[in-house]
Amino acid sequence: MNPGMSAGLNSAIDAGMAPVGTPWFFYVLAGLAVASGVAVITRRNAVHSALALIVTLLAVAGLYLMLYAPFVAGVQIIVYAGGIMVLFLFVIMLVNIDRSSKERQFNRIWPVGLLAACALLALFVSAIAKGKALFPDRMMTLPESSNTQQIATMLYGEAGKMGQYTFAFEIASLLLLVAILGAVIMTKKKI
Amino acid sequence: MPNFIMSYLDPKVTVTPGSAGNQFWALMYVLIIFAGVSVAVICMNWIERKALAHFQVRLGPMRVGPHGLLQPIADAVKLMIKEDIIPAEADQFVFWIAPMIGLLAAFTVYTVIPFGPSEAVSDMNIGILFMLGVSSLGVLGIVVSGWASNSHYPLIGALRSSAQMVSYEVAMGLAVVSAILMTSLNASGTGTLSMIGIVQAQQQQGVWFIFKFFPLGFIAFVIFAIAMVAETNRAPFDLAEAESELTAGYHTEYSGLRWSLFMLAEYAAMIAVSSIAVTLWLGGWMRPFPNLLHAPAWDFIFSLFPGLTFGALAAITFIEAARMPTQSFFKIQRIGLAVFAALLGFIALLLLVIAVAGRSADMSVAARFREGIDYVYWFVLKVAGFMYLFIWYRATWPRYRFDQLMKIGWKVMLPISLGVLVVTAIVGVIFS
Repeated sequence: MNPGMSAGLNSAIDAGMAPVGTPWFFYVLAGLAVASGVAVITRRNAVHSALALIVTLLAVAGLYLMLYAPFVAGVQIIVYAGGIMVLFLFVIMLVNIDRSSKERQFNRIWPVGLLAACALLALFVSAIAKGKALFPDRMMTLPESSNTQQIATMLYGEAGKMGQYTFAFEIASLLLLVAILGAVIMTKKKI
Repeated sequence: MPNFIMSYLDPKVTVTPGSAGNQFWALMYVLIIFAGVSVAVICMNWIERKALAHFQVRLGPMRVGPHGLLQPIADAVKLMIKEDIIPAEADQFVFWIAPMIGLLAAFTVYTVIPFGPSEAVSDMNIGILFMLGVSSLGVLGIVVSGWASNSHYPLIGALRSSAQMVSYEVAMGLAVVSAILMTSLNASGTGTLSMIGIVQAQQQQGVWFIFKFFPLGFIAFVIFAIAMVAETNRAPFDLAEAESELTAGYHTEYSGLRWSLFMLAEYAAMIAVSSIAVTLWLGGWMRPFPNLLHAPAWDFIFSLFPGLTFGALAAITFIEAARMPTQSFFKIQRIGLAVFAALLGFIALLLLVIAVAGRSADMSVAARFREGIDYVYWFVLKVAGFMYLFIWYRATWPRYRFDQLMKIGWKVMLPISLGVLVVTAIVGVIFS
């Protein structure tokens, strides 16, 4: 019997959650996200790309979980992997894949894309190079169990007080409402 | 190491193995749940065929084993040794992976299903969100299988299924939100998304959410109960596999083991969504009237129920064995049925012994076992009720037309669930 085990168990019960094999999970999830991200842009078949994108989204959800943000991870799965990707597949399935996969690329925006990709890479490299100054020197350990409540407090505020992001949140929801109304009006021939 | 294993059995530990950080018991729970769900699917297969047959005044399977009891096993063996065909024009890889996606999604949600306050693999802070999200991934398996088959009927089935699921998920989500809203009606004013927390909130408020703010909780429950039938592609919403129009829908081109994986995923998903309904509205693992009848004597009486249920099953099986025709042809079947009855009787005896041994609340291991059996029993009983309803729906109602299905989803269920959510919020503010 390892004496540290029992103490570790007790402290884990106190903390509510014990992280297990953290670096291992990070590298697996990050590698999965990058590999399937590459697959999204290299597959000629659109359905294969969509499936690879789903794997990317799930891997990113796993990374959110590791950052003690379970609510964001759950929303990522429910909205992107479950909702939006189903609609993507729905539309892709109606397209004639055989014909579109044999067609040559006809637009000439790849230099712009290359430029944007290089700029993003430079940003990442500089962030890693200057990492010490940009990031806090130790990992923040938010209690996983109150993540959802903290998000709610930020969005809606405490009792009687407006939250930090209440206004932005309401504006965003108004924008979505306008988009829904627009979609309904555009699809209806007569209202 | 044994100490690590035994430390979780300490009566002072009252959290799930996931929360306690005990990987051994988490793994054990995963294995137990996986085996239990697989056995439940086998039982469900037999019950569905028998019940449907009796609804239609037929006998159903009678030949393989007494009263066809071994029929699911015979079916499984047949499916396993059948030739596994992949159509030449199919997308091989996607065709291969599609049943796995559905199965993975259906079984992953069992991580957070609370069979009891500590009888779950893990108590996630986002439990219900996780369940809805992962179970909505199940449709990906259906959609992708329909496309990969490269055939007309599966494609139409897949398109129908995805449209249907996306539509009904909205009403389902709003009904769930109105139940989560009710968990926040406490002193601190903070609700919870944790599955275990939701049941505990019902215990603290002393009412199942189906009866809370009657009829608001009830309406939300009914909307969820309808949407969950649509979500699992069961009759009367089984347009994705409507045999009169689409042969077998999205799994037309599948055969053998792959087809059985689809069936396993469908039934596992049915149990999973029923568990959500039980957790949110029917008090989860709680026995009837846990606050009103909370004396130790009542505890003891209610803890006899699991044993008595199995005893009743054993008695019925014994009577059926005695009623078998007396020809020598039925001799083996009669012996088999009697052995099955003896097995059920043995389980009943075991459960009764545990109930009696653990009746004193001295926090011994036996008491913990008795409590656990109690919780799991009431939870499974409620879920079993839903599973019977699924069969009942299928036997009773004709299939909807697709435009009717969409109309009900968007024009009836969505406005009602939205209205219930708003009224629940208003009533909650006024009465708290």
